[in-house]
Amino acid sequence: MTIKLQVKNLTKIFGKRVPRAKELLKQGKSKAAILKETGATIGVDRANFEVESGEIFVIMGLSGSGKSTLVRMINRLIEPTEGSVLIDGEDLMQIDKKALREVRRKKMSMVFQNFGLFPNRTILENTAYGLEIQGIDKATREQKTNEALDLVGLNGYGDQYPTQLSGGMQQRVGLARALANDAEILLMDEAFSALDPLNRSDMQDQLLDLQETMHKTIIFISHDLNEALKIGDHIMIMKDGEIVQTGTPEDILTRPADEYVEKFIENVDRSKVYTAGNVMIRPTTVNIEKDGPRLALKRMRENEVSNAYVVNSKRELVGIIDARDVLELVRKESRDLQSIVNTEVPTTDEETPIADILDDISQTGIPFAVLNDKQQLRGIIIRGAVLGALAGNEVNHFA
Amino acid sequence: MLNLMTITKLPIANWMDHFVDWLTQFTGFFNGLTNFIGGIINAFQWVFDLIPIWLFIVIIAGVTYLANRDTKKWGLIIFEVLGLLLIWNLDFWRDMTQTLTLVLTSSLISLVIGVPLGIWMAKSDIVQAIFKPILDFMQTMPAFVYLIPAVAFFGIGMVPGVFASVIFAMPPTVRMTNLGIRQVPTELIEASDSYGSTEWQKLIKVQLPLAKSTLMAGVNQSMMLALSMVVIASMIGAMGLGTRVYFAVGRNDAGGGFAAGLAIVILAIIIDRLTQALNRQRKH
Repeated sequence: MTIKLQVKNLTKIFGKRVPRAKELLKQGKSKAAILKETGATIGVDRANFEVESGEIFVIMGLSGSGKSTLVRMINRLIEPTEGSVLIDGEDLMQIDKKALREVRRKKMSMVFQNFGLFPNRTILENTAYGLEIQGIDKATREQKTNEALDLVGLNGYGDQYPTQLSGGMQQRVGLARALANDAEILLMDEAFSALDPLNRSDMQDQLLDLQETMHKTIIFISHDLNEALKIGDHIMIMKDGEIVQTGTPEDILTRPADEYVEKFIENVDRSKVYTAGNVMIRPTTVNIEKDGPRLALKRMRENEVSNAYVVNSKRELVGIIDARDVLELVRKESRDLQSIVNTEVPTTDEETPIADILDDISQTGIPFAVLNDKQQLRGIIIRGAVLGALAGNEVNHFA
Repeated sequence: MLNLMTITKLPIANWMDHFVDWLTQFTGFFNGLTNFIGGIINAFQWVFDLIPIWLFIVIIAGVTYLANRDTKKWGLIIFEVLGLLLIWNLDFWRDMTQTLTLVLTSSLISLVIGVPLGIWMAKSDIVQAIFKPILDFMQTMPAFVYLIPAVAFFGIGMVPGVFASVIFAMPPTVRMTNLGIRQVPTELIEASDSYGSTEWQKLIKVQLPLAKSTLMAGVNQSMMLALSMVVIASMIGAMGLGTRVYFAVGRNDAGGGFAAGLAIVILAIIIDRLTQALNRQRKH
């Protein structure tokens, strides 16, 4: 993965006597002490992070944590006090106004919490705004705009005005406006927070669907951990202008950096966050084209299991065999594993959330086999690992 | 306590006299300005003199009808027609058009100076801090006071009347332009900036359209204030309905004064409702 965006030491101090506050901050004084001495507020305190190309990077925190300030420093809507933002290695802080405008036009688009739609413009004109100010001719503009509106499912609403649309639809327009520009980076500031829960969930799904094909680099600001866990490839948790923890959703859930994060994740429904891939363990396997019953029995004994998964040389799943049946074969001096294979194995793929298969897991006796899209066996899901994950324990994939 | 009466009186009046004297040496500049404003006045007056009275009334009624297409304000149209016919009947028609010329010229100049100034104030807190007290000063200083230097600069007639009216009537346009632009929601400004708008694009495509109705309310107020200046301006020779009122005062002619005053009221109501209707017209 290549690094698309790199943020180094990014700091924002609001108020007067900024130089003095900066100095105090470097000396390691607390925010309260700095506020008391200089009257300046630390918005963001030396943020460092990297965002990979094509990922959804969620910046999470409660109000006042500095996340909105941070995202606005990335496109310099708020001028940072110190630090740098590198896009494809180019430092945004070093460029002049004109070059910054070009970056905003071509490389970054923003989606706003309250949609930020212009009430005096139609949906079409709103969506075309970014293209219009670049001076792109009307025909091209309309074509690109209509494509973007198609993507978000708002075809045919072009002549309406924002107030005529529901909140969810308005935010789709906001998203379409960002997509019409075809920028590589999307900055989404609490983009779904103003929507009702049902709409929000829909929009999250739609964003993930779009992302499958578009592979944009998305910086997503949220105060909702469930949202962060659902859509984020990486999550960065902020508190009082500082970064508390950065990691994958699984990292955050299994290895919270401190009590603050722990409290956050207390109420998370883990079954919706964890996928089959997260909880699967390595199965005991037998290659039906090479291995015989004795080897199968040996492996089962070594791993202390009563059944083994049968695959072919391409590692495609064939079925499952039971230790007692193998013992029978050995006694009969037969090598015909095929005769005892049970092909009725429940299967799933790595991306499936546990919540979707939880019922089946609890009902069938045979552990689920997790397959990739080539039908190759990747792992299996045993009840113990599922329960452990839901209880917050880390899964040892290779037990 | 220090008795302020015992120290020397500050020569504020003197200073101002010197300042005005100093300014009057720029005769060329003021002559040019007089010609320019006079040109605008003559152009308006020429048009009003050209249009037959019946056509004028039809145009006013027609514009009102078009501006209020959705609401169909027949009452207003009837009022306008009857009111204008009354002015005609009272033989105030030419005075009315002169007054209208004064108001329109002052408003036009207020608009041309006031809107850019308002925009400048909205863009910079420092400019706002400087101009706010100046605007307060312009509006609260008794309007009569402007007449004196106005005569010194422009002689007597319509032009000094317009000058005094502009100073008195411009502040609402400036203020409301400033306010309207500052009231545009931050998120929309951010949206405009984040897509890489230039300052000019942001102004033309976002700020001014969204400030339009507030700005127009300011223009409406400016017109009303300009109208309120017509009687005062008549004292330095600005012709119109104001002159009729002024003469009536001199002759102690209560009836004549009332009739001319009524004509001003009718004109005020027509201007007010018409500009408001034009403002409302394109809202969604």
